[in-house]
Order: sequence, then structure tokens, then C-alpha cells
Amino acid sequence: MNAVTSHPVFGVAVTVIAYAIAGRVQARWRWMPTLVTTCGLLMGLLLVDHISLDDYHRGGDLVTFFLGPATIALGVPLYKQFGRIRRHAAAVGISVLLGSIFSIAAAALAVKIGHGSDIVFRSMLPKGVTTPIAIELSKPLHGVPELSAVFAVLGGLFGSIIGPKLLRLCGIHGDIAIGLAMGTSSHGIGTARVVRDSELQAGASGLAMGLAGIITSVLIALLALILR
Amino acid sequence: MIGLAILLGFNLLGLLLQHVGVPLPANVIGLVLFTVCLFARIVKLEWVEPAADLLLRNMLLFFAPTIVGSIAFASQLRAEWAAAVLGIVGSTIASMIGTGLLARTLIRHDHAGPEREHVDAEGHALEGEA
Repeated sequence: MNAVTSHPVFGVAVTVIAYAIAGRVQARWRWMPTLVTTCGLLMGLLLVDHISLDDYHRGGDLVTFFLGPATIALGVPLYKQFGRIRRHAAAVGISVLLGSIFSIAAAALAVKIGHGSDIVFRSMLPKGVTTPIAIELSKPLHGVPELSAVFAVLGGLFGSIIGPKLLRLCGIHGDIAIGLAMGTSSHGIGTARVVRDSELQAGASGLAMGLAGIITSVLIALLALILR
Repeated sequence: MIGLAILLGFNLLGLLLQHVGVPLPANVIGLVLFTVCLFARIVKLEWVEPAADLLLRNMLLFFAPTIVGSIAFASQLRAEWAAAVLGIVGSTIASMIGTGLLARTLIRHDHAGPEREHVDAEGHALEGEA
């Protein structure tokens, strides 16, 4: 059995199968988020069959690999929708800048309220940005890069689940506003969620994700000087 | 296949530039350069659109292994789960609502009233041209 689970085919196959099942589940029960079902099934499988994460990641990493070309593919909705977004350049800049500041400030405040350790505090600050940037930004803050990656991914997952409903509840309607909110707060995972809803949301979200990444990098570099 | 080849080419280019010292992840560098090349018509939309659509429609799939991997930190975070959950939830909600409300307000103030129709019409015209 070990020879099977440690083969890359295993990780790729179970991930794609779980994702396909999650798609069917979501077609039936609209409220079941695809990613939650996918990851729930996979975690269950690993725990029940005592399969190590190292074995799973031999194939899992191959799936993660496609995040590279998929992120670059976000240029397509961005290009197609740019004419509609460009008119709101000032709104885009201001809302993503302040949204990025809110993300860092709220992370700091919330961890303090929860009596988190210094390590959790420092690792939480860059959690709003896409995972590879969060990992890099954790270093100057003397956080734990792996922990920042976990916070970023879970934040994105949470945002992708509640995002569309929460925004509707707050009366935030326009496609550009929704896209900017999703991309700034939930980076690539939030963007991946709205790609299915609207190309304009996807374009705005992809743009916000990139901008928030750059803005947050600068903010964290400044913050690192204070937090030595 | 040409679409995937182009996307991977930009991914590789991003990696290369990151290696020489551009302080951004390879994916983000690749995204910026790819978008610029689309606007410059160096890359034609019809070459990349089918591959891009397939990847984007299933983008959530590519995040699954990383999320599954986060269970490795479950024991480490057990003592601090309250701080971790508060941080993740609070920061995501604050940034989402803050960005959304600001964007909604600013976009309304920028282009109130009938001008919105005009924007839509132009947006579609641009899409057709592309």
C-alpha cells in the first residue's frame, strides 16, 4: 500500500477526484463550498488511512504547480475588463491601499485580543496577501514563514466562503467593488471564487490581489523597522 | 497547447527575473509581464484564451493541497487557536468590508447617474475590439 500512496499519481488522483466530487456536491447543495468539500474529503482520507502528508504532497505538489500558470492567466480577464476598471483608477488605488492597511491593523489587534504569542502576532501580519508573498514578508518581521502561509491560505479560504454573502449583506453590489474587496482581503483564493461569477469581478479581483501584494510588501518593510 | 506554452513561458520568465533580484514572487512578475504583452498585442488573446479559461475555471482545485497541508500545524496552534482564529477572521472581514465600502462609495461619487451607461457601452466596445 505504501508504494501506491507514495507514488505521485496518488496525490494527483485523489485531489482531482475529491474536487470532482465536490463539484457534484455543490451542484446539488449550492451552499457547500467546493474547497471545503474537497479538503474535507482529502483530510478525512489521509487521517483514516494513516497516509503521511509527505506521501500526499508528492502528487499534491504537482497540482499546486498549476497555480503558477493559473495566476498568470488572470491577465486575460484583467486585459478584457481593463477599459471598465481604468476609469476608476483612483477608487481602485485608495480602496486597495486602505484595505491592505485594515488587513494588517485588524490582524495585529485581533491577535492581541486573543492573547496570541509574539510568533503568531508577527506571522499573522502579512496574511492578507497571496501565499508566496506572505512567506517572503514573514521573514523581515521575524515570523515563521510556514505559519504565515497557513494563515494566508486559511484567510483566503474563509474569505472565499463568506465573501459574496457578506458583501451582499453590507450592500456592496458593483462588480468592481466586489472584485476589489475579494482580491484585497482573500488574494488568489478569493479571486478563484469570483472567476465563476463574473469576468469583471475576476479582473478587478486579480488586479487588487497584485496591488495589495505590492502595497503590503512596502507597508511590512516599514513595519519591520519598528517591530525589530 | 500554445496557450499553456505561453503561460508557462511567462511563469519561467518571472522565475528568471525573481532570480536576478526583482523583489516579487515569480507568479506576480509573470502576471504583470503577460498583461503588458497582451496590451502591446505581442501576445494575441485568441492564442491564450482557451488555456486561460480552463485554468481559471478550475483555479480553486490548485489551492486544495496547500490547505490540506495546513493540518500539519494543527498541534502547534492548539494552544493558540483563539488568537489564530480571531486574527484570520478579523483581518479578512475588516479588509473585505473596508475595501468594498470604500470602492462602492468612491465609484459612485466618481461616476454618478447616467454616465454609468456610457461606461458600460465603452467597456463592451473595447471587449469586442479585443
